[in-house]
Amino acid sequence: MKFRSLIFANLFRKKIRLILTIGSFAISLVLFTFLAVVNSAFNRGIDIAGADRLVIVSRVGLMQVMPVSYGDQVRAIPGVKYVTHDHWFGGVYQDEKNFFPQFVIDAENHRKVYPEFIVPDDQWNTFVKDQQGAIAGAKTAKRFGWKVGDRIPIKNTLYGPTKTWEFNLDGIYHTEKPDGDEGQFWLQWKNFDENIPDSIKDRMKSTAGWYILKLDSPDDSVRVAKAIDTKFANSSYETKTETESAFAAGFAKQFGNIEFLILSVGSVVFFTLLLVTGNTMAISVRERTAELAVLKAIGVTDSSVLFLVLAESTMIALFGGVLGLLLAWAAIPVISAAVTGLLPPLLLSKTMLSFGLVFAVLVGIVSGLIPGIGAMRMRVVNALRRV
Amino acid sequence: MIRVDGQGNGKSLIQVRGLSKTYRRGGEEIQVLQRLNLDVDKGDFVGFMGPSGSGKTTLLNLLGGLDVPTHGSITVDGDEITHMSGSKLTKWRARHVGFVFQMYNLIPVLTAYQNVELPLLLTKLSGSERRKHVETALSVVGLADRMSHYPRQLSGGQEQRVTIARAIVSDPTFLLCDEPTGDLDRKSADEIMALIEELVGKHGKTVLMVTHDPVVAARAHTTLHLEKGVLVEASKLEQGVVAGGVR
Repeated sequence: MKFRSLIFANLFRKKIRLILTIGSFAISLVLFTFLAVVNSAFNRGIDIAGADRLVIVSRVGLMQVMPVSYGDQVRAIPGVKYVTHDHWFGGVYQDEKNFFPQFVIDAENHRKVYPEFIVPDDQWNTFVKDQQGAIAGAKTAKRFGWKVGDRIPIKNTLYGPTKTWEFNLDGIYHTEKPDGDEGQFWLQWKNFDENIPDSIKDRMKSTAGWYILKLDSPDDSVRVAKAIDTKFANSSYETKTETESAFAAGFAKQFGNIEFLILSVGSVVFFTLLLVTGNTMAISVRERTAELAVLKAIGVTDSSVLFLVLAESTMIALFGGVLGLLLAWAAIPVISAAVTGLLPPLLLSKTMLSFGLVFAVLVGIVSGLIPGIGAMRMRVVNALRRV
Repeated sequence: MIRVDGQGNGKSLIQVRGLSKTYRRGGEEIQVLQRLNLDVDKGDFVGFMGPSGSGKTTLLNLLGGLDVPTHGSITVDGDEITHMSGSKLTKWRARHVGFVFQMYNLIPVLTAYQNVELPLLLTKLSGSERRKHVETALSVVGLADRMSHYPRQLSGGQEQRVTIARAIVSDPTFLLCDEPTGDLDRKSADEIMALIEELVGKHGKTVLMVTHDPVVAARAHTTLHLEKGVLVEASKLEQGVVAGGVR
């Protein structure tokens, strides 16, 4: 690119203006990236949901339980391969702020339905045999400094009077994907069921919060879901069966229409960036009318003039974009740690970084278009006359 | 030989025939140039004088392919430029015209070297070839030791020398100088004129120059006066009118 020196020289012509523009761009992009990361965190369940998994919840609502005996009946439906069930435990470790998701799992079948959670066989076998056993995600274990063999007290206020349950940490799970959910904590259903406080025993004994089933084929999902809901229709515990991704989407929507909020704020950020960069370029081009006219006079083509302006605006956006993404990359783990328990883990993936860069380049090109086209169409004679 | 009667032999470097330019301002038509004829041979040095608004700069713009005439034709070295498309005209300018402006119009963020190199970036010359050309051009204008200086670090006269180096670096067919000394003191103006004379005399360049200054105009081989859009007289009449031409 022969005009490289000219593009860079023009870029650094007004250093304070450049720094302010890049700064505005970077801060806006940090905000945009943060919103995208929050959105992604809420939708992660949808993204990682197995296509061959269905979730059964009570038709009344997620907080209503179903009999554990439903498991065998569901397993008998053609097309169903494995069935497992979960409960929400909802305790805290030592302090209210140390919240993380805890699930009461069916140790017998959980692993068959969720092969993406990897637990070493010896640890898993210990857990299955140990009724007070627990498995923690690697991230949660790291967060609290737990290691296998530790005794973990979890205070529960959800079921009856406050009670501290103690568990043996028998294993630590990892996920196949680096952005998988390694923040959960699992305890045995048998332990939970046998130790339910008396005050809620009649309501909670021998129940499951929800069922998850793995199908022989994803093609069977509609038929199986319909068969299950039909089977339990008009019973005391009617069901609502849907794919895991639809369930995750519904769960995310409980927090409000995050996607709409993010799209709205993101749009405002996008147009603000366009205005900031576009304004900078418009002023910059206006200041250089005579220079651009001279370039055209000596033989620089209209399209090259457009290219020069677009290259400059894109460079500004790229600098701002890279700085913004670096700031986001540094800040998001800190924010994620600060909001643990309030929000799902916030992860800035490579895809998001790439998207951020593409977004920055796009803003750069679009913001340079109007001043660039103006410069391209500028008549040399008129421009020189204004000098 | 320079002629203004349209009776040239057809071998002139620049041939202008029946050139008119009309501007529309508001509802009014302003005829700036009226059926001009001009023949300029290679190596000629022509000065155009005239009061403000007489059409000097308009004529220069037309000759340089920066503007298009309302009527008439301009032929340079066999190429008729009046009907060229915008993009073709741009390429033609890059190859054939060197511009020298009153206000220098250098790019302030580029060094003298980089400013002079600009026209060569439009060619297929390699980096080392460009360097050779730029160094030669800056040597010709006497600024070989100022290559890495920015315009703000140069005097007005030096800036104009850089502009001239930029104009000649690609060895164009002719140079168009619009008030090249208009922003300079007398001493600097003399130096610039000496340089332009050297380009004509020593390097065989063809130069067309617009000026308000009779002293500067007197340095040209021939001075033509524009009065209300018409070329009306030659300044060096004492050298004699030859068959409608001026020398």
